[in-house]
Amino acid sequence: MKRIYLDHSATTHVDTRVLEAMLPYFSEKFGNASSLHSFGLEAAEALSSSREQVAAALGAEPQEIIFTSGGTESDNMAIKGSAYMCSSRGRHIITSVIEHPAVLRTCEQLEKEGFEVTYVPVDNEGILDTQFLEDSIREDTILISIMHANNEIGTVQPIKEISELIEGRGIVLHTDAVQSVGKIPVDVNELGVDMLSISSHKLHGPKGVGALYLRSGVNILPIVQGGGHERGLRPGTENIPGIVGFAKAMAIAREQLEADSRHMQRLRDSMVEKVRSRIPYSRLNGHEIKRLPNNVNMSFRHVEGESLLMLLDMQGVAVSTGSACSSKSQKASHVLTAIDPGVDYIHGSLRFTLGRENTMEEIDLVVDLLEEAVIKLRRMSPFEEGN
Amino acid sequence: MYSRKLLEEFTDPKNVGVIEDADGVGQLGNPADGDVITIYIKVRDGILTDVKFKTFGCAAAIATSSMVTQMAKGRTIEEARRITKEEVAEALGGLPPGKMDCSNFAPDTLRMAIEDYQNKHNI
Repeated sequence: MKRIYLDHSATTHVDTRVLEAMLPYFSEKFGNASSLHSFGLEAAEALSSSREQVAAALGAEPQEIIFTSGGTESDNMAIKGSAYMCSSRGRHIITSVIEHPAVLRTCEQLEKEGFEVTYVPVDNEGILDTQFLEDSIREDTILISIMHANNEIGTVQPIKEISELIEGRGIVLHTDAVQSVGKIPVDVNELGVDMLSISSHKLHGPKGVGALYLRSGVNILPIVQGGGHERGLRPGTENIPGIVGFAKAMAIAREQLEADSRHMQRLRDSMVEKVRSRIPYSRLNGHEIKRLPNNVNMSFRHVEGESLLMLLDMQGVAVSTGSACSSKSQKASHVLTAIDPGVDYIHGSLRFTLGRENTMEEIDLVVDLLEEAVIKLRRMSPFEEGN
Repeated sequence: MYSRKLLEEFTDPKNVGVIEDADGVGQLGNPADGDVITIYIKVRDGILTDVKFKTFGCAAAIATSSMVTQMAKGRTIEEARRITKEEVAEALGGLPPGKMDCSNFAPDTLRMAIEDYQNKHNI
């Protein structure tokens, strides 16, 4: 059975060019970048050129890039590091209700440590209420962390607007750009952010590596103690093969951004249109336009998302759902709950996230299989007529 | 992960549907919680001659509904009432740890349908 992967927001396969770039750094170029001998030099050079590549892809300076183990660590480092650094000035943080758990759980931890956190709501299309955010800013607000694009419904948040809103107020602005890099333009100066989290495996790089962009002049405290690696902010021997692969993936993503994004958006729009015309009572979750070019999140009335996912998986189609059934009742995700698509739709969501290698033929086949699966489950649903 | 047996039952469920002139109907769950099971029974001389279900829910909810209707069909009311969640889970090759409550759900709904029948007939 031919398998179709439409879960690129979960993870992506490593691009062959990325893998090739990485391979020498596992074997012959295995040195520790801190060593003084030639083996160390090879590694240090790779580290340095990787830093330049990542910085260039973001419009940043190389010294502003801190390599980490991925998005979660970058988010933790940014939020905790900044909160601890600025705690003498204030202890108020602003974030949104639809952030990734890496941000939400970190904020909750800081609340336990005496910080105050305001969670800004979103509208029914998943766009941040910037007026609410503005009204939430206080004298003691030290940090704002708002994701660039949402991982479930793909909505793109007005980061530039927020940065303009807080300009000159001495508040550090962080954005989790794990889902947006490689899908839409991400330039740290264009966005006006002080910190930005990235993950390699979401853009055809290897897992276990990522970065935090930290603007020059913005200071954070390290959350892990050790040697002087990564300016002392992320101690530990650098993951050179991972970093080299990540940098290569960033360079490719930057080079192909326009073409990839156009291709994925064409597939996305076609898929949404076909699903809407073929499957009655289906709805798009998130914003019609202000969304990632590769995100299709739709709900189907009176069917349950996990069941749909399982039926599609049996046909070789990999997707995900915001309705994870745990123990007695199935809890809809915090993101779907925030946009509230209504009781008939909230448990019937599927997330299809496209990749640059998906084709229109695959999308057409998936729509066929999806239609069959929805019909099959609706036939079983007690809310639908018929035997 | 789900067992192979459960996935087979989920993709090819038995006894899906409504019994229009059912002798008893049970319904459990809440659409807001993401699962609702309805079970219809037909009773002749104390025996469940027909059992059908309609379920909105996850793969485990659908598979357990299908399994419980098959286990109940042809049994006496007393036998059907005593079907346990462990028996349902076992017949499906086990359930993932987080899904054990689902297996309770289907036999409980069957018991509600039986109670409904008994109330209607003053048994």
